[in-house]
Amino acid sequence: MKRLTAAFTVCLMAGAPTWADPVEDTLVLNGETEIVTRTDAPPASADAFDEVISGWLFRGDETREMQMDDFDNPGMIFVEQAEDSWNTAEGDAGKSCADCHGASEEMAGVRPVYPKWNDEAGEVRSLEMQINDCRENRMEAEPWKYTGNEMVNMTALLASVSRGMPMNVASDGPAQETWEQGKELYYTRFGQLELACANCHEDNYGRMIRADHLSQGHINGFPVYRLKNTKLNAVHGRFKGCVRDTRAETFAPGSPEFVALELYVATRGNGLGVEGPSVRN
Amino acid sequence: MERKFLVILALAASTGVASAAETTEPGNVEFVDGAVEASLTGVPGDAANGRKIVGDKGLGNCVACHQNGDMTDIPWHGEIGPMLDGAGERWSEAELRGIVANAKMMFPDSMMPSFYKVDGFIRPGKAFTGKAADDSFGPLLEAQQVEDVVAYLTTLKDD
Ligand code: HEC
Ligand code: HEC
Ligand code: HEC
Repeated sequence: MKRLTAAFTVCLMAGAPTWADPVEDTLVLNGETEIVTRTDAPPASADAFDEVISGWLFRGDETREMQMDDFDNPGMIFVEQAEDSWNTAEGDAGKSCADCHGASEEMAGVRPVYPKWNDEAGEVRSLEMQINDCRENRMEAEPWKYTGNEMVNMTALLASVSRGMPMNVASDGPAQETWEQGKELYYTRFGQLELACANCHEDNYGRMIRADHLSQGHINGFPVYRLKNTKLNAVHGRFKGCVRDTRAETFAPGSPEFVALELYVATRGNGLGVEGPSVRN
Repeated sequence: MERKFLVILALAASTGVASAAETTEPGNVEFVDGAVEASLTGVPGDAANGRKIVGDKGLGNCVACHQNGDMTDIPWHGEIGPMLDGAGERWSEAELRGIVANAKMMFPDSMMPSFYKVDGFIRPGKAFTGKAADDSFGPLLEAQQVEDVVAYLTTLKDD
């Protein structure tokens, strides 16, 4: 009987979240660009969700509002800093990003397809890896620290010029093996608390875990300006925090494991609009 | 058996703690249908301390996942597991001990962490540092803390 009660509870819990659901709201940037924050689940997450929902819809009114206007979005200060860096020559080759790529707006469309397979290198590359490749091999400059300020600011600039474009990361072809690795990691129950990404972001999104309202854990909003630490946070920084919270030994930002996980998580949110730099608590 | 138990009780009562020799190590806990009949320490649990552990972020942090009507003094109850209200009615003491020690014995694949277990983890860390576990690694709760939590849960009678 008790077993039955428990089984019943489990069934109820497996159903769609019914309380503390995401809000109904529309993200319109600067009063003009509408950004997709809910859409049909793409193939990578269609088994788990009917609909994919941006983390923006799980945040409070004030936090959501801050992201709707560039003057209110604290992350945009860092975008401006990165714009300076974009135009500044550095390294022995005496070149700036702009010298090769033109205006930063020319990079529109790059963010939504990363991480991406690089044929020459024979590996899946995150945006950070690609930026450091340009710095080291084309600018002959020092690489930036993977989650350091310069790097996260530059990824914010690259995201900002793609805002509103749908995430469209490829999981097939040569990227597939890495994608499978990422999927494996997503469902592995790490640490002493034995929790997988899926336990929180797939099985329990919409519910509260202590004071936190769980989202589906998508990365279309990265980098994220967090009110909690008042700076931009990189995808791998967030992964690290989530893994640490399972009382596990984390992987390092920039590690092959986190790149694979990023590739996989990105494809789960394909179709959601690029929001970076987004605002979260 | 009965007598040995009484002796332990008396001993524990006189010293205030269970002697290490009588504490069941995490690896030796005997589960039957998810329940654990024998006390882990032989020392009766302290429900008041158990209540503290259930609410404390640094200890059981059970309210991270469970709402508990008896703890309106503590803000932010999670919604992951069932409400704890009435748990002492729905489950026997032995079942509650089993659930707290290792909930996966009662509910296979449960999201609930195993509070009295020390092996079988993937990349166990040193608490919340993100670093690898070292010599200081132990179960999430000590044996007596498990008993205290169980004692508290048995008091949660009305649904
Ligand atoms: C000397 C030339 C040069 C400089 C300087 C340079 N890049 Fe590149 N970059 C390239 C080339 C060539 C490619 C590969 C071809 C392509 O995709 O445009 C590339 C590719 C990229 C890509 C991937 C584009 C894609 O569509 O996949 C990004 C992102 C990028 N660079 C960012 C930067 C940033 C940020 C800087 C400055 C910190 C920078 N680059 C500096 C030449 C340069
Ligand atoms: C114990 C629960 C838990 C686990 C396990 C967990 N997370 Fe999270 N995660 C959270 C909470 C809480 C937040 C903050 C609220 C939110 O956005 O969901 C969060 C936020 C995120 C975000 C930011 C979403 C946004 O829109 O800003 C991403 C991305 C994320 N997690 C990915 C992961 C990945 C990948 C894993 C596995 C490696 C993981 N999480 C494991 C609890 C968890
Ligand atoms: C990370 C989430 C999580 C934490 C932390 C957690 N639990 Fe649970 N608990 C659950 C879930 C989920 C269930 C439902 C059983 C299942 O998995 O099917 C559950 C079930 C239970 C039950 C049975 C509930 C019933 O009435 O059917 C009890 C009792 C219980 N937990 C007590 C505790 C105690 C005490 C603690 C802390 C020492 C705790 N839990 C910590 C998630 C959690």
